[in-house]
Amino acid sequence: MSAGYRGAGQRDEISFGNLGAEPLPDKISQAAGGASPAIATSGLSKRFRGGQLAVDSIDLAVSRGCVYGFLGPNGSGKTTTIRMLLGLVQPTSGDQELLGVSMPAGANTVLSRVGSLVEGPAFYSQLSGKANLARYDAADRTADRRTAEARISAALDRVGLLSAARKHYRAYSLGMKQRLAIAAGLLGPRELLILDEPTNGLDPQGTREVRGLIREIAAGGTTVFVSSHLLAEVEQICSHVGVMRTGKLVFQGTLEQLRGRGATRILVRTAQPARAAEVLAGLGLQDVQAGQDEASAQLGEQPPEEVCAQLVHAGVPVAGLATPRPSLEDLFVQLTGEGFDVDG
Amino acid sequence: MSTAEASGPAAEASGPAADLTGTRLDPVRQPGYRAGPVIHWIRFLCSELSLIFLRWRNLALLAVLAAIPVLIGVALKLSASPAGGGSGQGPAFIGQVAGNGVFLALLSLTVLLTLVLPLVVAVVAGDSVAGEAGHGTLRYLLAIPAGRTRLLGIKYVAVVIFCLAACGVVTAMSLAMGAALFPVGPVTLLSGTTISLGAGLLRLVFVTLYVAGAMAALAAIGLAVSTLTEHPIGAIAAVLVLALASEVTDSVPQFAVVHPYLPTHWWLSFDALLRSPIAWPELLHGLTSFGIYVIIFGAIAWARFTTADVTS
Ligand SMILES: Nc1ncnc2c1ncn2[C@@H]1O[C@H](COP(=O)(O)OP(=O)(O)OP(=O)(O)O)[C@@H](O)[C@H]1O
Ligand SMILES: [Mg+2]
Repeated sequence: MSAGYRGAGQRDEISFGNLGAEPLPDKISQAAGGASPAIATSGLSKRFRGGQLAVDSIDLAVSRGCVYGFLGPNGSGKTTTIRMLLGLVQPTSGDQELLGVSMPAGANTVLSRVGSLVEGPAFYSQLSGKANLARYDAADRTADRRTAEARISAALDRVGLLSAARKHYRAYSLGMKQRLAIAAGLLGPRELLILDEPTNGLDPQGTREVRGLIREIAAGGTTVFVSSHLLAEVEQICSHVGVMRTGKLVFQGTLEQLRGRGATRILVRTAQPARAAEVLAGLGLQDVQAGQDEASAQLGEQPPEEVCAQLVHAGVPVAGLATPRPSLEDLFVQLTGEGFDVDG
Repeated sequence: MSTAEASGPAAEASGPAADLTGTRLDPVRQPGYRAGPVIHWIRFLCSELSLIFLRWRNLALLAVLAAIPVLIGVALKLSASPAGGGSGQGPAFIGQVAGNGVFLALLSLTVLLTLVLPLVVAVVAGDSVAGEAGHGTLRYLLAIPAGRTRLLGIKYVAVVIFCLAACGVVTAMSLAMGAALFPVGPVTLLSGTTISLGAGLLRLVFVTLYVAGAMAALAAIGLAVSTLTEHPIGAIAAVLVLALASEVTDSVPQFAVVHPYLPTHWWLSFDALLRSPIAWPELLHGLTSFGIYVIIFGAIAWARFTTADVTS
């Protein structure tokens, strides 16, 4: 029976050409000096029994020590991916490794080094916060009973819940519940933290604190894999991002690479926009537009100073020149689509 | 925040976090912390038992089990005084209680086995996995990782201990009531032999264990059903319906062929222990039936639970 539990490995499904994604940044796997990557999947897919293809052949590569933001709109398959990584859901096809151990076969050995928060907190409502952590700690066969008290207090302290430790869980507010869930992931030293929307339901202070906590944990060498649909959050804490859209990984790389992906435009403020547009078109720039008092075009590979020189040379009075880069939000929307409706 | 800065050798990875919590759990460096699977198993079991036994609902169920022998005892006391318990109607052992309070325990077990004991066991067994799934705590237990087989084993052992406690409560309460309301003395067995009170009580302990065994078989069915759903109420209802359907089938003579295979058929066969000599064939039939049900439904539960997607 347990043999059937392993996902059927289908190595030949590996594809690096994911919907216009950048070539996989190979430094990701080398950054940790040869150590196995924190998370590596190839062709990981999940089709639910209803026929829904929730995750479609994704190749995640999360190197050790990085903070990886896992982005995507609602229903894009983030939680399903995380469930597969943790061995809760059996992949339909594909291989996956956590900290170099094949999953889900190695779940019992590797998961004790992984802290997790999946789709919101879940605890026993009749128990206090502290008793809840003791319950989860008791289930961990690598946890030492003698240090449980100290570790539980330390974890509660880290999320600022020490004063509410004896309160019943059912009396916790949404944010307190969320904090307790993070505390549960910190009961032991972890090499990898997998957090599914950890700031959900937190107040601004709580959000800030969690961001600080994640930074602090990452600074200690723990790899953090955090799913979110809050771009600002990802921008602030993550070094790497993966972007999901309807089950596909449409981008993976560093935050810089994502920013660099956006096609920069050149914007010329001038009294003669039509003339400027002519020059820009003459230079071979794409998508030339002329407005009231400005002209713009896709900059492409042209150096902006060169374009400026050409404009001046052609007698265009240049009042201002800008090369605005698209915001992360623009890029995100470009990658995941404009629509408000949930895909699939 | 560059990768090169953030990533350290894996050996350092747990350092600061470990210092913060004042401990290291690295099994390679600290073999002493691998206190052996048994210790961890017992710790987890204790946690499971405290969840079961500190839950108000379960305590209320045990209280009901304790109250029913009191009711039966008082009712018999009130009715037995004038009439002298002459009628041959009613459940087994009802006639003997007035003469010897020990029989109140046998009467209570017989009466409770028809509905209340199966109900109590169905509640706790049906809730065991489905309740965790419904609360979402199952995904965290599995991600810890508690281990699917290990978790299932702990769940079953804890439910069996609860079955023992439930049957023990009935017997203990009945004995206390029986001793308070009726004379207690040497026990006359069903075969007509009389044995000492001590020997009689020992037989009663075995009867209680036998009934707990019957309930453990029902609990295995409950555990299997519990792995199929994330709605504990559904699982509880399904187990109870199964038990009642089996009892109904068992009472219809036309179905005599299937009777020995029904899960409830051997439940009342504990009277085999009340004969001298003990009616071993019947007793072993019953125990074999329980064992087979435990194996079959334990296997179903395991097969399901170790492969199921946890999406709750
Ligand atoms: N148990 C299930 N059975 C069938 N389909 C499911 C199941 N769980 C999720 N799905 C489907 O899989 C897709 C991905 O869901 P998932 O929960 O992974 O999205 P998500 O990226 O986490 O979204 P959100 O940001 O809203 O949390 C959705 O279309 C969803 O309907
Ligand atoms: Mg989600």
